[in-house]
This record gives sequence, structure tokens and C-alpha cells, in this order.
Amino acid sequence: MAEVTLTINGISVTVPKGTTVLDAARQAGIFIPTFCHDPELTRFGACRMCVVEIPGMRNLPASCVTEATDGMVVHTDSPAVIEARKTILELMLANHPMDCLTCGKNGDCRLQDYAYLYGVKTEPFGGEKHNYPVENDNPFIVRDMNKCILCGKCVRACAEIQGKSIVDFAYRGFDAKITPAMDVPLSESECVFCGNCVAVCPVGALQEKGLRSAARTWEVKKVKTTCPYCGTGCSFELNVKDNRVVGVTSCDGDVNGRALCAKGRFGYGFIHHPDRLTTPLVKKNGKFVKATWEEAISLVAQKLGAVKDKYGSDALAVLSSARCTNEENYLMQKFTRAVLGTNNIDHCARL
Amino acid sequence: MTNSIREIAGANFILAIGTNTTESHPIISLQAKKAKRNGATLVVADPRRTEMAELADIHMQLNSGSDIALLNAMANVIISEELWNKDFVANRTEDFEALKQTVAKYTPEYAAEITGVPAETIREVARGYARAKNATILYTMGVTQHICGTHNVFAVANLAMLCGHIGKESSGVNPLRGQNNVQGACDMGALPNVYTGYQPVTLEENRAKFAKVWNVGELPAKPGLTVGEMMEGAADGRVKAMYIMGENPVLSDPDSDHVVHALEKLEFLVVQDIFLTETAALADVVLPAASFAEKDGTFSNTERRVQRVRKAIDPVGDAKADWQIICDVATAMGYPMQYASASDIFDEIARLTPSYAGISYARLEQGGIQWPCPSADHPGTPYLHKDKFVRGLGKFNPVEYIPPAEQPDQDYPFVLSTGRRHFHYHTGTMTQRTGALEVHYGAEHLEINPLDAADLGVVDGDTVRVKSRRGQVEVKARLTDVVPRGLVFTSFHFPEVAINKLTNPARDPVAKIPELKVCAVKVEKAS
Amino acid sequence: MSYVSLTINGIKISVPKGTTVLDAAREAGVFIPTFCHDPDIPRFGACRICVVEIPGMRNLPASCVTEATEGMEVYTESPAVVEARKTILELLLANHPQDCLTCEKNGDCRLQDYAFRYGVKESGFKGERKNYPLDDSNPYIIRDANKCILCGRCVRTCNAIPERSVIDFGYRGFNTKIVTAMDTPLGESDCVYCGRCVTVCPVGALTWKPLTGKGRVWELTRQEVTCTFCDSGCTFEVLSKDGKNIGVVPKTPGNGRPLCLKGRLGLELKYLDDPPAPQLKKGDEFVQVSWGEALGLEDILSKLSKDK
Repeated sequence: MAEVTLTINGISVTVPKGTTVLDAARQAGIFIPTFCHDPELTRFGACRMCVVEIPGMRNLPASCVTEATDGMVVHTDSPAVIEARKTILELMLANHPMDCLTCGKNGDCRLQDYAYLYGVKTEPFGGEKHNYPVENDNPFIVRDMNKCILCGKCVRACAEIQGKSIVDFAYRGFDAKITPAMDVPLSESECVFCGNCVAVCPVGALQEKGLRSAARTWEVKKVKTTCPYCGTGCSFELNVKDNRVVGVTSCDGDVNGRALCAKGRFGYGFIHHPDRLTTPLVKKNGKFVKATWEEAISLVAQKLGAVKDKYGSDALAVLSSARCTNEENYLMQKFTRAVLGTNNIDHCARL
Repeated sequence: MTNSIREIAGANFILAIGTNTTESHPIISLQAKKAKRNGATLVVADPRRTEMAELADIHMQLNSGSDIALLNAMANVIISEELWNKDFVANRTEDFEALKQTVAKYTPEYAAEITGVPAETIREVARGYARAKNATILYTMGVTQHICGTHNVFAVANLAMLCGHIGKESSGVNPLRGQNNVQGACDMGALPNVYTGYQPVTLEENRAKFAKVWNVGELPAKPGLTVGEMMEGAADGRVKAMYIMGENPVLSDPDSDHVVHALEKLEFLVVQDIFLTETAALADVVLPAASFAEKDGTFSNTERRVQRVRKAIDPVGDAKADWQIICDVATAMGYPMQYASASDIFDEIARLTPSYAGISYARLEQGGIQWPCPSADHPGTPYLHKDKFVRGLGKFNPVEYIPPAEQPDQDYPFVLSTGRRHFHYHTGTMTQRTGALEVHYGAEHLEINPLDAADLGVVDGDTVRVKSRRGQVEVKARLTDVVPRGLVFTSFHFPEVAINKLTNPARDPVAKIPELKVCAVKVEKAS
Repeated sequence: MSYVSLTINGIKISVPKGTTVLDAAREAGVFIPTFCHDPDIPRFGACRICVVEIPGMRNLPASCVTEATEGMEVYTESPAVVEARKTILELLLANHPQDCLTCEKNGDCRLQDYAFRYGVKESGFKGERKNYPLDDSNPYIIRDANKCILCGRCVRTCNAIPERSVIDFGYRGFNTKIVTAMDTPLGESDCVYCGRCVTVCPVGALTWKPLTGKGRVWELTRQEVTCTFCDSGCTFEVLSKDGKNIGVVPKTPGNGRPLCLKGRLGLELKYLDDPPAPQLKKGDEFVQVSWGEALGLEDILSKLSKDK
């Protein structure tokens, strides 16, 4: 493969031909801010946040769509670049609700990160602000188009990851907006609520309804685990606050990348459902009564033992579970074969 | 699966047969969509016009249960038009002549009569499959939940071997497993005939090996009962007590009334679950288990990838992890079973299971590993059968078409098929309690073709009574041409639409899988 | 000691006589929000956010100054209580800059925490807003009186050391403000920059100047250290981001001359990867000095160097 060598902030970097300046910089450990760029999605070059200075080039090019060439000299933090980024942020903030106070994405928002990084505190550009109603009529996703910065990641994620193209850009100029066809709410569109658009949104325009109302981003501990639903084996992170699972967010899974389906992303509510069994139950006179573990375990041991003694091992049968872990299935067949003394063990693989 | 999920995106030709992939395996469907965007041909064989079928280049809307006729006809075309992979067949397979003889009579015209798929379409698909560089077959319960399920799978495998579309990247035979750890439960020997890693209980050396590590004198040699046989055994008194962990056969198994009757006849039933399921309600003792978020462990996914499950929170209330409960019961029965952690159990599994031998929790921290992984320095196996099949040569198992056990007739004129919905899962125990999924998709309905509905005087939203020879349910009708005339469809996710009261427990004689995809019903407007 | 029994949200609890309802609730594991309350300084009862409902009592009493009595029934999240708290928050927010976007206290701010908890997104009250200039007249502490909610914790903390007592409430009504004597900038006052006022401020009114722009609260990890410069044993926290120690802030004072500037500067030198040059006030101005001078070790250092 042909390679090119360029210099970024004085550091010499060699990358394969066709690499963008952004990727080359990242390879060299140099930070460049981005809103619309995503390594999994097609290049877009819309937000201009990633502009850099390349002597000899007219204007400041967007590094995410500029290919590195041999001998290129790049400055990522020159005064002109910083000035441009500040102006971009000021223009965005001129039409962005100042409600980090209660915004669910506070702490996990690129607009906020970059405003802090570049010290952009105020909005010098007074003017009209959007005043769209917040779309809150489905149980999964809250859409607040007042906070949208039109980076188009959700549009590309829907088309390129989910293959659905539910949302796209609509209207023009100041009125430009991301909408489903005919500008209906998601609930009236063909949306399957996979939430993959939410996973890529860099600001607070798309939020997980349950998670973002239950915890601030800095309050949660994230634990990577494997989805308990179908056999695909997607990875995701359980978001935990005060020993409760308050939501699910994408991480980089071996199987699924950041993609999840509605069940994986929004189907965690059963964990703390009031119907959960929290104590052993023993049936007495046709009714369940609460029991201690000691009572329950010794009753089970005694009854299974009695059947084994009276009728033989093959009068016992065990259903293990395609829902439980490998370790548990292993122990269940070990228990069945070594303790009960029968091969009568199966599970519902056939259903 | 013989291949990895991500390899699907690299296929040039995808035959998806009996899989409603976008709803049942949404993330796997993304790979099929990606392949299609890269220019692959997607062919879907399904009696329903699912979203997957809408996406397909060709939708073969076959009659329920006619898969073998379709697959044999494809083989017929491939052989008669000399499109088969002669190198592969010569070097890697045996009994080709037997296949050739059997499929000879399955001309596309003959198959068209049985399947309802036009002969010319069968030819086109056969040619496309045979000529593709990489071709993959995806299937799920639409293939297996028939009395001829095993034969359906043979027919699929015959086709793949005939064209050499197996044993290489992005080419293979890929059953998509429906539950998070159904692969793992099988791998772990939660089956009546094998120990972990499919080591048969009938082999003396296997029994000796496990008996030694488990520290018991002798292990039973006779293969045990399957789920269905257990239920029959319970009903006729051969089985006296059952221990059910994390399963809900009352809703998931066919002919629910029979299952309830069988479980009620037991002298003792203990159920271990996270909710008081329909099955747990019948138990003498219910043990509260921890959910996946409350324990450590591993799941093995449909592509044989072993991945970590990590404890995020403490168990709710007094619930305990299933593995701890099993240890407690075993110990109380006089067999001391103690492990400090799930990791320790895994190490014992790796010791006893050649295909898991190289996997450990330490390695899994770096990411999932696909078995076979025979040693600690083995990277895992993304696709199977690379240079040879497990048995050596791949054997063609020619199979004949047989019709479903129950055919529609004058009294029960519709075919009922069952399956899954995107927003729900299995018997709904979890997805009906999320505060979100059930809010969005709160009630089940019966899909019925508008022309059939018109004949019955049923309009969209009417409550209808669906009856089979075994039971009945009431459900709202949804008029849709997703189903062809004569077919009705619903899911088994909703306890209030316990559709398995109706389904047919007739089983495949080998795999014992019930024929949930076809039973005869009548539909009438409820007053 | 005699005990009283009361019921809080249906939970029965027994506490020593003289315990406040707030402390009783916390002992029972019941959350009550507070701004002005601080267990280490005298009760104040100013902010009213800790109000609770006690049937039989007129109005909603502030739980931080109401003593628990025998048989008392307390409701901490009744509709009336929640309504009162929302109104308090709306009134506070009516005169509070909406700049969490870049506020140094974003993520560690009680006003924000409670606004989120009670779903107060914006103030329903419109009116005049304070517009004070920022006081960054010294190298250590930034005071933004626009963000001050007048809880008085800084005043009471500072006044707990009689010879300090640098700040107090000044002016009246809308113009009420925490001021130094004569309302000079802090740099011109007698403040010694121990920083205990910054540590207790529940909002963004007092922040650390050296840490400005260095990192968001949620990006920082904290490690507690004990100062060994004298025998008071004050505790400090070393803040780090991305594995780099970037600041030292005071935590709990020990006895004696607590949380002095010298101690903190010494710890900065000891722990920080890149300690900022120390500045001391000479006359009316802060000037950059050597570490030896800042820590009062010049004599010793010169003797040590002679020793070589």
C-alpha cells in the first residue's frame, strides 16, 4: 500500500494514502474536535468543527474530509483555527437552549465539552431561536430538535447501521430540521426504536427517555455485559446508579459494534420490576407462603431425595435453561447426573 | 452457525429461509442489509411477506412446511445444469449419487406444485446460489419447528455441500439461535444424551472421565428424556418430580393444557426463576433467582462466541445467582458442591471440554472467543469445517418431502403459524415488564389475510376466536397481506393469547422439536 | 440521654432528644435536600429547601432547625413540600446565570442536583438579574456573586475562626451580597486563601482559579491526603485527570491553624505533576515567589546548600 508522510503540529506522521488528516492526527495522538464525524459512518464534512490550517490551502479545510498528502504541513491549534472553532461554537450556541442545568446529556455532550475547552461562555449572536415542541410521546426516545446541531449522524446511522432511513434532513436554512417522512413523530413513522441514532447523537437532541431522567451522566457506573435476549450476543453497558440498573448504553461489541435493538437498549426494566421474586416460596394448602432459604433448600433436597429413593433416579427430571449462564447449565447437568443420578436433563433449545 | 455474524456482510448471495431476521435477530439482519448494500443478492423463503421478504431481491412465498421440496428442487436444478462444485463434492463429501437419485424427481415443476413457488423462480434462485462466490444460508425455527425439521436441515446442508458453499469465510450454513444462551446450554451438556462439548453419555470413557472429576462412583449410561418426553412421562406417572430452572414450558411448549396437566400430576415440582411464571405458579417450591445483571458468568452466542456476563448490581431482595442455588441444593443432598466464583466453575468446564479448553475469564477480558478453542494460545474459530468436516467427509443425507402432520380441512380450514415480534421476547416474562416495550406494543393480534377476513365477516380490530383440536384463544384480528390466504399468524409472547394451547405437539422423530409452525385451526368472529 | 420516637414517611425512628428532624431523617436513610445546612457549623435555617410537612404545625418548617419531638409525624416529599421546594428553586433560578455549559461547578452543584431531581427546568419568575463583575483579584479564588444563593455557609465557615472573619452579609433585600469589609475585592482583604469557603459553597459562586478550564468535575478523581507541614493534620484532596495530578483542594480542617495556604501550596509542590508557581501578597499585590519563600523555608534551604 502506498504511504504518505506529513507533519502535524511539528510531528511527522506516515499513513496509508487515502487517510484523512483527521485520522492521521488521531494516529499521532493529536486531538481534533468533531461533531459530525464518525468512523463507522460515511464522511460528511458538515459541522466544520474539525477545521485545521494547512499552509497553501485556501481557507481552513475540514480535516475529516481532507486527505493527507505527501509533505503536507498541518496545524491543528493555530490562532486562526481556534478563532474559527470559537465562532462555530458561538453560532451553534446562539440557537441552543441554555439548559444544561437539567439536560439529561449534561456531562456527555460535545457541544458542552468544546465550549468548555475553548472557553466559549456566551452567545454574542442574538437572534431568533427555534421553539419546537419536545417530542416525548413514545416510551423510548425523547427528541428535542431545539438542541439539534444538524450534524446528521442520526440520519447516517439510521441509513448505514440500521438500514432504515427513517429520518432525514428537511426544510431549508434556519428551518432545516431532522424529521421522519412528512415530519410526523417517530411513533407514527416506521421507526423500530433501536435507538442507534441516540447512541451517536453528540448533544442532547436525542436522549434515552428512561436513562436520562433517572441519572446524571456522571452519577452512573457502566458495566459491560452481554444482552440477555436473543442469541446474537450483543455487548452493551449497564448504567448503574445506587445499585439499580437505570439504563443501557452502547459500547464497542465484538458482534454488534454500537448497534442494539429496542429490546437490548430499552428492555432492562424487568430487572427492578415489582413482580421480581425476592424470597423463596413454599406452597402450603394450595397457597404460596414466604420461606427462608434454609427451609426451602432443605425441603427441595428432602423431596428430591425421597423420590429418588422410592422410585429411582429416572423418576426425576430437570429442565435447565437457555437463559442462564454456561456455568449454571454446567452445574445443572452435573447436579442431575452426579447427584440425582439420571440423564433426564434438557432445556428449551427446541422452541 | 458455521460462520461468524460479521461474515454475513461479506456474502454475495444470502438465502434466508424460515427466518424473520429483522424482528427476531435485528442485529444480525443489519449484516444482511449491509451485504445487500454491498451488492449481494438476498433471497427470502418464507410463507409470510416479512420485512426481510420486502428487502429481498426475490421472495419465495412457499407453502408452510414445503421446504424440502423447494431445497431438493434447487439441488435438482444445480445438478441437472451442471452447476455443482465438482472439486468440493469429489474431495470433501460422500454419497453424492444417493443425493442425485433422490432429487431427480424434484423437478422445479414438481416442486412448484408442492411449494407454490413458480418453477422459473426456483431455477433462478438455484443458479444464483450455485454461481455465487460466497453464499450463505440463514435459517431459524421456520426450518426446524416441523415434524421433518431434521430433514429440512439435511436438505439445507446438502445444498451447501453440493456447491462447496461451506468451510470458508462468508459461506456456510447458519442457524440463528433464538435465545441468549441456547448455544451455551447445549455446549454445556444440558441435553439428555451428551456431556459438555457434545461428549456422548453412552461412551464408557466419557463417563469415566466425568465421574473422576466429579468424584462419583458411576454415572448413568442411558440417555435421558427430552422436554416433550418429560412432559409425557409426568403425565403417565413415570416422572415423579421435576426441577425447572429459568424456563416456562407452560407457555413455550405446544399443547399447553397437556403441559399443565402433566406438571400438576407430579409429586413434587421446584421452579427457580426471576418471576412467578405460569410454570412457577404450579410449583411446590419457588426459588428466587438473580437476573443477568446480578451475577457473573458467560453466554455463548449463535456464532459460538463465549462472552462475559458481568455483575452490575447486587441481587434484588433475597434472590441468589442460579449457580449458588444449585450448589446449595446439591450440598443439602449430601454432595458438597462449592465454588468461590463463576470463574472457578468455568475453569472446571474448560478442563472437561476440549472445545472450551483454551478459554478462561482472563482471556475473555480481551473480548469474546469462538469455540473450538483447544488451547490457551488458540485464537478461536470464526468459521467451521475449513479443511475437513468433524466426521471427515461431508455426508449427503438425501431426504424426501413429507407434508406437515396436520393439514387444514373442512373443520379447521386455516394453517396457524407462530413466531416472534420485534418488541417482545419468548413468553414475555421479561419484555412485558420493562415499562417501555409493553407500553409501545401492548397487545397481540392475529394476522389474517383481508380476503379471508372478508369471507368471515371480520374487520380489522374485531376479536376472533381461534380454535384447534387442542384448545382455543381469543385475539384481535389484524388484516394484512403479510400473510397469504389460508395462513394466520401470531406470536407466543402474550400470556393472554396463549397460542400454544392450540399448537401441535407432533414432533420431529430425531430432534424432538414440535411442529409449532403448522397446525390446522378455524377462525370465527367472537360475539 | 433521653430519646424521642417519631415517624418519617411512615418509618419509625428513635433519636436522642434535641436531634433535628433533618438529622433524624438522615439517620433513617430518608433524603432531604439542603443548601445552607452544614453539620460542622451553627444552624442557620435560611434557605428553606429542607422544609417538611408536619401535621399540626403551621406552615412547612425547615427540618434543619426543627427539633424532633415524641410522636411527631413528618412527611419529607408530600405534594405541599415538593411544591414549596420547586418554588424555592424557581426563585433561585430567576436570578441565577444559566451557564452550566461552562460553569466549573457543573456536576457538583446542589442547585443543579435539586433542579434535576424536582424537574425545575426554568424559572417561571422573570425580573431583574444581578450583574456583578467577577472578582478574580487574587491568584486563588474566583468569586461570582451572580451565582451566589446567599446560603451563608462561606460566612459561617470563615467566622468560625475569629481572627479570620473576612466576609459577611452586606446590603439589603435584592442587593444582599456576601462582602468583605467595605466590599473590596477579596485580593484587597485580609483573606489568607485557606479556601474553606470554596469547599463548602454548594453552587458555582466560589471556585478555584488555578483549576479553571482544567477539567470537568466528572473527569476528576480524588485522593485524600493529610498535610504534614504542622501537627494539625488537616486533610486535603489531590485532584487528578487522565492520570495527571492537577490540583490540591482543602477538605476537613484539623485543630489549630487549619487549612492554611502554606499547607496547600506545599502539597501542590509535593503532589502536582506541574505545580503552578506560588504567589504571595506583598503590600497590596500578589507577586510570584520562589517555593522556598512561599513555604517559609529559605533559611533552611540556604543552610542546606552550604552543607554540600
